[in-house]
Amino acid sequence: MTEDDVSRDVSQDFPSIDHQDEDQLLPQLVAHLREHRTKLRQEWASRIHDAHLLHAMTPQEMAAETTSVYDNYVEVLETGSVEALQHYARDLSERIIPRGVETHEVVGIVLLLRDVLARSLFEKYQQDFALLNRVLDAYEPAANRIANTVAVSFVDERERVIRQQQDSIRELSTPVLPVRERLLILPIIGVLDSERARQLTEQLLAGIRTHRAKVVVIDITGAPDVDEAVANHLVQTVDASRLMGASVIITGLSPEIAQTLVTIGVDLSKMNTIGDLQGGLEEAERLLGYTVTREDGAGGQ
Amino acid sequence: MTSGPALVSILRQGSYLVASIHTALDDSQMVRFQADLVDQIGRHRARGVIIDVAALDVLDSFGSRTLRTIAEMARLRGALTVIVGIQPDVAFAMVALGMGTGDVATALDLEEGLIYLNDRVGRGGRVAGMPEARR
Repeated sequence: MTEDDVSRDVSQDFPSIDHQDEDQLLPQLVAHLREHRTKLRQEWASRIHDAHLLHAMTPQEMAAETTSVYDNYVEVLETGSVEALQHYARDLSERIIPRGVETHEVVGIVLLLRDVLARSLFEKYQQDFALLNRVLDAYEPAANRIANTVAVSFVDERERVIRQQQDSIRELSTPVLPVRERLLILPIIGVLDSERARQLTEQLLAGIRTHRAKVVVIDITGAPDVDEAVANHLVQTVDASRLMGASVIITGLSPEIAQTLVTIGVDLSKMNTIGDLQGGLEEAERLLGYTVTREDGAGGQ
Repeated sequence: MTSGPALVSILRQGSYLVASIHTALDDSQMVRFQADLVDQIGRHRARGVIIDVAALDVLDSFGSRTLRTIAEMARLRGALTVIVGIQPDVAFAMVALGMGTGDVATALDLEEGLIYLNDRVGRGGRVAGMPEARR
């Protein structure tokens, strides 16, 4: 925009604006932003580039996304409703989160756009300080709300992704596996908190009923740490399994865990424990009456 | 206490008694069931008792204590007791509340209970290793 443009713009606006309500300021502002869309958007894109944000995206994607963000932004200023933007921001987050875009980048680009637009308003209304003030009064709350909306949508989406992943990890982490008829294995991998321990017990009891299990081997080789709460959960799980007619063998107690359990004084006298999973399986097979024999020469394969 | 129709069917199956609890029993009904069962053990000269609680979705502390008492009384009358059909939710609730069946044997369902009794109750002889439960 040249000096001439600005002064002409302002001179055009002056007479009308003075007589208008504050309500008229936003539409005028929106018209201004629409008019200079290409220039402002490019300015914004170059600011993003200078700030080294959004490295994960290609220039083409950047152009497309910045255009739609810009249009959405202006639309929110016009309508005052953030619903469409919320929708768009969630959609955008869904696309860019898997590519490693960080929260600070998203907040950064929205704030950059806010600044770019504010600058253009300064430029446009620099002749009349009072009017500029009023324009900014109208612009700033809306702009802040937009920044807020985008940031919240992004964080919400990220939390949703994290929750989803937590759920799938949780599902994956407590498999109840039938190894032989009436014999289940339950390998525990990762930290056992009380929520997971409860879920594990539930799945095990359901598994005992479905598979009509008589013996269950719980292998805790993959559990890094066992504290008193977890040990008590294990005791409860063993008791509940017994009520359903299945006996439980615990395997894979590391020396450290064994020492911890003895030191904190959890009563494990009712628990059937065996050093490793192999031993546990052998004991389970014995309880169920299986005998496993190896044919001569078959072991080499 | 022993008036009115029985709420628990007690069926004779060979030398065993099969008692199925169909609905939640209140305390007096539980006591009535206990009296009926122990009476029938003597009458039928039963050697084993199966108490099926598969229809129960809740078992309170009085209920589980009564079951333990029944098992102990049955033992004194010469029969081995096994409780079958405890539902997963019930089992979990029982251990969470610190109730259990003590030394009384438990099995998955009626079929398992019969196998358990067949294993331990000698044909025509004394009941072998009676209070022994899987721990």
